[in-house]
Amino acid sequence: MFGVLQFPGSCDERDALAACERVSEARMIWHEETSLDGIDAIVVPGGFSYGDYLRAGAIARFAPAMEAVREFAEAGGPVLGICNGFQVLCEAGLLPGALLPNDGLRFLCRQVDLEVVSTDSAFTRGLEEGERLSVPVKHMTGRYFAPPGMLDELEARGQVVLRYGPGQNPNGSARDIAGVSNEAGNVMGLMPHPEHAVDPLTGSDDGLKLFAAAAKAAVAA
Amino acid sequence: MKARVLIRPKEGILDPQGKAVERALPALGFDSVRDVRVGRLVELEADDAAHLEDLCEKLLANPLIEDYEIQEIG
Repeated sequence: MFGVLQFPGSCDERDALAACERVSEARMIWHEETSLDGIDAIVVPGGFSYGDYLRAGAIARFAPAMEAVREFAEAGGPVLGICNGFQVLCEAGLLPGALLPNDGLRFLCRQVDLEVVSTDSAFTRGLEEGERLSVPVKHMTGRYFAPPGMLDELEARGQVVLRYGPGQNPNGSARDIAGVSNEAGNVMGLMPHPEHAVDPLTGSDDGLKLFAAAAKAAVAA
Repeated sequence: MKARVLIRPKEGILDPQGKAVERALPALGFDSVRDVRVGRLVELEADDAAHLEDLCEKLLANPLIEDYEIQEIG
Protein backbone atom coordinates (compact mmCIF):
# COMPACT_ATOMS: atom_id res chain seq x y z
CA MET A 1 0.00 0.00 0.00
CA PHE A 2 1.42 3.37 -1.10
CA GLY A 3 0.57 6.46 0.93
CA VAL A 4 0.44 9.97 -0.53
CA LEU A 5 0.85 12.73 2.03
CA GLN A 6 -1.63 15.57 1.75
CA PHE A 7 -0.92 18.96 3.33
CA PRO A 8 -3.14 22.03 3.17
CA GLY A 9 -1.81 23.57 -0.05
CA SER A 10 -0.72 20.36 -1.74
CA CYS A 11 -1.86 20.36 -5.35
CA ASP A 12 -0.34 17.30 -7.04
CA GLU A 13 -1.54 14.69 -4.57
CA ARG A 14 -4.27 13.35 -6.86
CA ASP A 15 -1.92 12.80 -9.78
CA ALA A 16 0.55 11.21 -7.37
CA LEU A 17 -2.18 8.91 -6.04
CA ALA A 18 -3.22 7.99 -9.59
CA ALA A 19 0.41 7.22 -10.46
CA CYS A 20 0.78 5.03 -7.35
CA GLU A 21 -2.46 3.20 -8.18
CA ARG A 22 -0.93 2.07 -11.46
CA VAL A 23 1.65 0.03 -9.58
CA SER A 24 0.03 -0.71 -6.22
CA GLU A 25 -2.88 -0.02 -3.95
CA ALA A 26 -2.69 3.50 -2.60
CA ARG A 27 -4.39 5.88 -0.22
CA MET A 28 -4.12 9.50 0.83
CA ILE A 29 -2.51 10.36 4.19
CA TRP A 30 -3.88 13.55 5.75
CA HIS A 31 -1.13 15.67 7.34
CA GLU A 32 -2.63 15.22 10.81
CA GLU A 33 -2.38 11.43 10.74
CA THR A 34 0.27 10.02 13.02
CA SER A 35 0.05 6.30 12.24
CA LEU A 36 1.32 4.88 8.97
CA ASP A 37 0.44 1.26 9.74
CA GLY A 38 0.10 -0.80 6.59
CA ILE A 39 1.95 1.74 4.40
CA ASP A 40 4.85 0.31 2.36
CA ALA A 41 5.98 3.41 0.45
CA ILE A 42 5.31 7.13 0.86
CA VAL A 43 5.07 9.94 -1.68
CA VAL A 44 5.34 13.54 -0.50
CA PRO A 45 3.72 15.36 -3.42
CA GLY A 46 4.12 18.76 -5.01
CA GLY A 47 2.21 21.93 -4.32
CA PHE A 48 2.51 24.80 -1.90
CA SER A 49 2.20 23.18 1.52
CA TYR A 50 1.10 25.68 4.17
CA GLY A 51 1.32 28.37 1.51
CA ASP A 52 5.11 27.91 1.32
CA TYR A 53 5.24 30.66 3.95
CA LEU A 54 8.71 31.59 5.20
CA ARG A 55 10.48 29.14 2.82
CA ALA A 56 9.11 26.36 0.66
CA GLY A 57 8.66 23.31 2.90
CA ALA A 58 9.71 25.07 6.10
CA ILE A 59 6.36 24.79 7.90
CA ALA A 60 5.26 21.45 6.44
CA ARG A 61 8.17 19.65 8.02
CA PHE A 62 6.51 20.19 11.42
CA ALA A 63 3.22 18.55 10.37
CA PRO A 64 2.19 15.69 12.70
CA ALA A 65 2.45 13.15 9.86
CA MET A 66 6.07 14.16 9.20
CA GLU A 67 7.23 12.62 12.48
CA ALA A 68 5.75 9.31 11.31
CA VAL A 69 7.39 9.80 7.89
CA ARG A 70 10.73 10.36 9.61
CA GLU A 71 10.37 7.11 11.59
CA PHE A 72 9.29 5.29 8.44
CA ALA A 73 12.32 6.63 6.55
CA GLU A 74 14.73 5.80 9.34
CA ALA A 75 13.39 2.23 9.34
CA GLY A 76 14.33 1.99 5.65
CA GLY A 77 10.91 2.55 4.09
CA PRO A 78 10.91 4.10 0.60
CA VAL A 79 9.97 7.81 0.59
CA LEU A 80 9.76 9.92 -2.58
CA GLY A 81 9.55 13.70 -2.40
CA ILE A 82 8.40 15.41 -5.60
CA CYS A 83 8.89 19.16 -6.11
CA ASN A 84 7.43 20.71 -2.94
CA GLY A 85 7.82 17.27 -1.37
CA PHE A 86 11.53 17.43 -2.20
CA GLN A 87 11.70 20.84 -0.51
CA VAL A 88 9.89 19.46 2.54
CA LEU A 89 12.27 16.48 2.85
CA CYS A 90 15.31 18.79 2.56
CA GLU A 91 13.91 21.13 5.22
CA ALA A 92 13.21 18.10 7.44
CA GLY A 93 16.83 17.01 7.10
CA LEU A 94 15.84 13.70 5.51
CA LEU A 95 17.66 14.73 2.33
CA PRO A 96 20.85 16.78 1.92
CA GLY A 97 20.89 20.27 0.45
CA ALA A 98 18.27 22.94 -0.15
CA LEU A 99 16.18 24.39 -2.99
CA LEU A 100 16.57 28.06 -3.90
CA PRO A 101 14.54 30.31 -6.22
CA ASN A 102 15.22 29.58 -9.92
CA ASP A 103 18.14 31.61 -11.20
CA GLY A 104 15.85 33.22 -13.81
CA LEU A 105 13.26 34.06 -11.11
CA ARG A 106 10.48 32.77 -13.37
CA PHE A 107 8.01 29.99 -12.76
CA LEU A 108 8.97 27.24 -15.19
CA CYS A 109 6.71 24.67 -16.79
CA ARG A 110 8.28 22.49 -19.47
CA GLN A 111 9.22 18.95 -20.44
CA VAL A 112 12.85 18.06 -19.68
CA ASP A 113 15.09 15.07 -20.23
CA LEU A 114 16.55 13.53 -17.12
CA GLU A 115 19.58 11.29 -17.01
CA VAL A 116 19.67 8.44 -14.52
CA VAL A 117 22.97 8.78 -12.65
CA SER A 118 22.54 6.25 -9.87
CA THR A 119 20.49 3.07 -9.79
CA ASP A 120 21.13 2.51 -6.09
CA SER A 121 18.03 4.34 -4.87
CA ALA A 122 14.73 2.63 -4.12
CA PHE A 123 13.16 4.58 -7.00
CA THR A 124 15.76 3.95 -9.72
CA ARG A 125 16.70 0.35 -8.96
CA GLY A 126 16.23 -1.68 -12.11
CA LEU A 127 16.70 1.33 -14.39
CA GLU A 128 19.89 1.73 -16.36
CA GLU A 129 22.65 4.22 -15.68
CA GLY A 130 22.58 6.86 -18.40
CA GLU A 131 18.95 6.08 -19.23
CA ARG A 132 16.92 9.13 -20.32
CA LEU A 133 13.53 9.96 -18.85
CA SER A 134 11.22 12.60 -20.31
CA VAL A 135 9.38 14.26 -17.42
CA PRO A 136 7.90 17.75 -16.89
CA VAL A 137 9.17 20.36 -14.43
CA LYS A 138 6.94 23.10 -13.01
CA HIS A 139 8.35 25.17 -10.19
CA MET A 140 9.70 28.50 -9.07
CA THR A 141 12.00 27.30 -6.28
CA GLY A 142 13.91 24.45 -7.85
CA ARG A 143 17.56 25.46 -7.89
CA TYR A 144 19.30 22.65 -6.05
CA PHE A 145 22.04 23.89 -3.76
CA ALA A 146 24.59 22.27 -1.48
CA PRO A 147 28.07 23.55 -0.58
CA PRO A 148 30.76 22.26 -3.00
CA GLY A 149 32.24 19.88 -0.41
CA MET A 150 28.85 18.32 0.19
CA LEU A 151 28.27 18.00 -3.57
CA ASP A 152 31.56 16.11 -3.91
CA GLU A 153 30.48 13.73 -1.16
CA LEU A 154 27.06 13.20 -2.68
CA GLU A 155 28.61 12.37 -6.04
CA ALA A 156 31.20 10.05 -4.48
CA ARG A 157 28.53 8.18 -2.54
CA GLY A 158 26.16 7.82 -5.47
CA GLN A 159 23.52 10.07 -3.92
CA VAL A 160 23.09 12.15 -7.06
CA VAL A 161 20.30 10.09 -8.61
CA LEU A 162 19.15 12.23 -11.55
CA ARG A 163 20.64 15.07 -13.57
CA TYR A 164 19.05 17.32 -16.15
CA GLY A 165 20.13 16.32 -19.64
CA PRO A 166 22.99 18.28 -21.25
CA GLY A 167 22.00 21.92 -21.79
CA GLN A 168 18.62 21.43 -20.13
CA ASN A 169 19.26 22.61 -16.58
CA PRO A 170 16.20 24.87 -16.25
CA ASN A 171 16.85 26.58 -12.93
CA GLY A 172 20.58 26.89 -12.21
CA SER A 173 20.78 23.76 -10.07
CA ALA A 174 24.30 22.93 -8.88
CA ARG A 175 25.98 20.43 -11.21
CA ASP A 176 22.71 19.94 -13.12
CA ILE A 177 21.29 17.95 -10.22
CA ALA A 178 17.59 17.12 -10.57
CA GLY A 179 17.26 14.50 -7.84
CA VAL A 180 19.19 13.20 -4.84
CA SER A 181 18.82 10.43 -2.30
CA ASN A 182 19.85 9.92 1.30
CA GLU A 183 22.89 7.78 2.00
CA ALA A 184 20.85 4.59 2.38
CA GLY A 185 19.04 5.26 -0.91
CA ASN A 186 15.53 4.72 0.48
CA VAL A 187 14.64 8.43 0.56
CA MET A 188 14.74 10.33 -2.72
CA GLY A 189 13.68 13.77 -3.83
CA LEU A 190 13.43 15.38 -7.25
CA MET A 191 12.09 18.63 -8.67
CA PRO A 192 10.59 17.19 -11.89
CA HIS A 193 7.17 15.51 -11.76
CA PRO A 194 7.20 11.80 -12.60
CA GLU A 195 3.53 11.57 -11.53
CA HIS A 196 2.62 13.79 -14.53
CA ALA A 197 4.37 11.38 -16.92
CA VAL A 198 2.59 8.08 -16.42
CA ASP A 199 0.52 7.84 -19.60
CA PRO A 200 1.56 8.18 -23.27
CA LEU A 201 -1.54 10.38 -23.67
CA THR A 202 0.34 13.23 -21.97
CA GLY A 203 3.51 12.71 -23.99
CA SER A 204 5.53 10.30 -21.83
CA ASP A 205 5.08 7.48 -19.37
CA ASP A 206 8.73 7.47 -18.26
CA GLY A 207 7.78 8.72 -14.79
CA LEU A 208 5.99 5.48 -14.07
CA LYS A 209 9.35 3.71 -13.86
CA LEU A 210 10.15 5.41 -10.55
CA PHE A 211 6.86 4.27 -9.03
CA ALA A 212 7.29 0.76 -10.37
CA ALA A 213 10.80 0.56 -8.87
CA ALA A 214 9.40 1.68 -5.51
CA ALA A 215 6.64 -0.94 -5.68
CA LYS A 216 9.30 -3.61 -6.13
CA ALA A 217 11.38 -2.15 -3.28
CA ALA A 218 8.32 -2.12 -1.04
CA VAL A 219 7.57 -5.79 -1.77
CA ALA A 220 11.20 -6.70 -1.13
CA ALA A 221 11.14 -4.89 2.23
CA MET B 1 11.21 41.59 24.83
CA LYS B 2 10.80 42.56 21.22
CA ALA B 3 13.23 41.40 18.62
CA ARG B 4 13.89 41.74 14.95
CA VAL B 5 15.46 38.91 12.99
CA LEU B 6 17.19 39.72 9.72
CA ILE B 7 17.64 36.81 7.34
CA ARG B 8 19.84 37.04 4.25
CA PRO B 9 21.03 34.67 1.56
CA LYS B 10 24.51 33.46 2.52
CA GLU B 11 27.42 35.20 0.91
CA GLY B 12 28.38 33.55 -2.36
CA ILE B 13 24.89 32.23 -3.03
CA LEU B 14 23.31 33.73 -6.13
CA ASP B 15 20.43 36.00 -5.12
CA PRO B 16 18.41 36.50 -8.32
CA GLN B 17 15.96 38.78 -6.54
CA GLY B 18 18.75 41.13 -5.50
CA LYS B 19 20.15 41.02 -9.03
CA ALA B 20 16.76 41.91 -10.52
CA VAL B 21 16.41 44.89 -8.19
CA GLU B 22 19.98 45.97 -8.96
CA ARG B 23 19.33 45.81 -12.70
CA ALA B 24 16.18 47.91 -12.35
CA LEU B 25 17.85 50.77 -10.51
CA PRO B 26 19.83 52.42 -13.36
CA ALA B 27 16.58 52.95 -15.26
CA LEU B 28 15.50 55.21 -12.40
CA GLY B 29 18.74 57.12 -12.45
CA PHE B 30 20.37 55.26 -9.52
CA ASP B 31 23.61 54.35 -11.22
CA SER B 32 25.89 53.87 -8.25
CA VAL B 33 24.09 51.11 -6.34
CA ARG B 34 25.82 47.72 -6.20
CA ASP B 35 25.62 44.36 -4.47
CA VAL B 36 21.90 44.41 -3.72
CA ARG B 37 20.79 41.45 -1.62
CA VAL B 38 17.16 40.81 -0.74
CA GLY B 39 16.35 39.03 2.51
CA ARG B 40 13.55 38.77 5.06
CA LEU B 41 12.67 40.63 8.21
CA VAL B 42 10.80 38.89 11.04
CA GLU B 43 9.59 40.89 14.03
CA LEU B 44 8.52 39.05 17.14
CA GLU B 45 7.86 39.35 20.82
CA ALA B 46 9.28 36.66 23.13
CA ASP B 47 9.25 36.05 26.88
CA ASP B 48 12.63 34.38 26.79
CA ALA B 49 15.40 35.70 24.57
CA ALA B 50 17.40 32.51 25.16
CA HIS B 51 15.20 30.60 22.72
CA LEU B 52 15.70 32.98 19.83
CA GLU B 53 18.86 31.48 18.42
CA ASP B 54 17.37 27.98 18.53
CA LEU B 55 14.23 29.25 16.86
CA CYS B 56 16.26 30.84 14.07
CA GLU B 57 18.28 27.66 13.48
CA LYS B 58 15.22 25.43 13.43
CA LEU B 59 12.68 27.50 11.58
CA LEU B 60 13.23 31.16 10.71
CA ALA B 61 16.42 30.54 8.73
CA ASN B 62 17.85 27.57 6.88
CA PRO B 63 21.48 27.71 8.02
CA LEU B 64 22.64 25.93 4.88
CA ILE B 65 21.59 28.82 2.66
CA GLU B 66 20.86 31.76 4.95
CA ASP B 67 22.57 33.86 7.62
CA TYR B 68 20.54 35.49 10.36
CA GLU B 69 21.05 38.32 12.79
CA ILE B 70 18.99 38.87 15.93
CA GLN B 71 18.47 42.46 17.06
CA GLU B 72 16.76 43.15 20.39
CA ILE B 73 14.63 46.26 20.03
CA GLY B 74 13.30 46.66 23.58
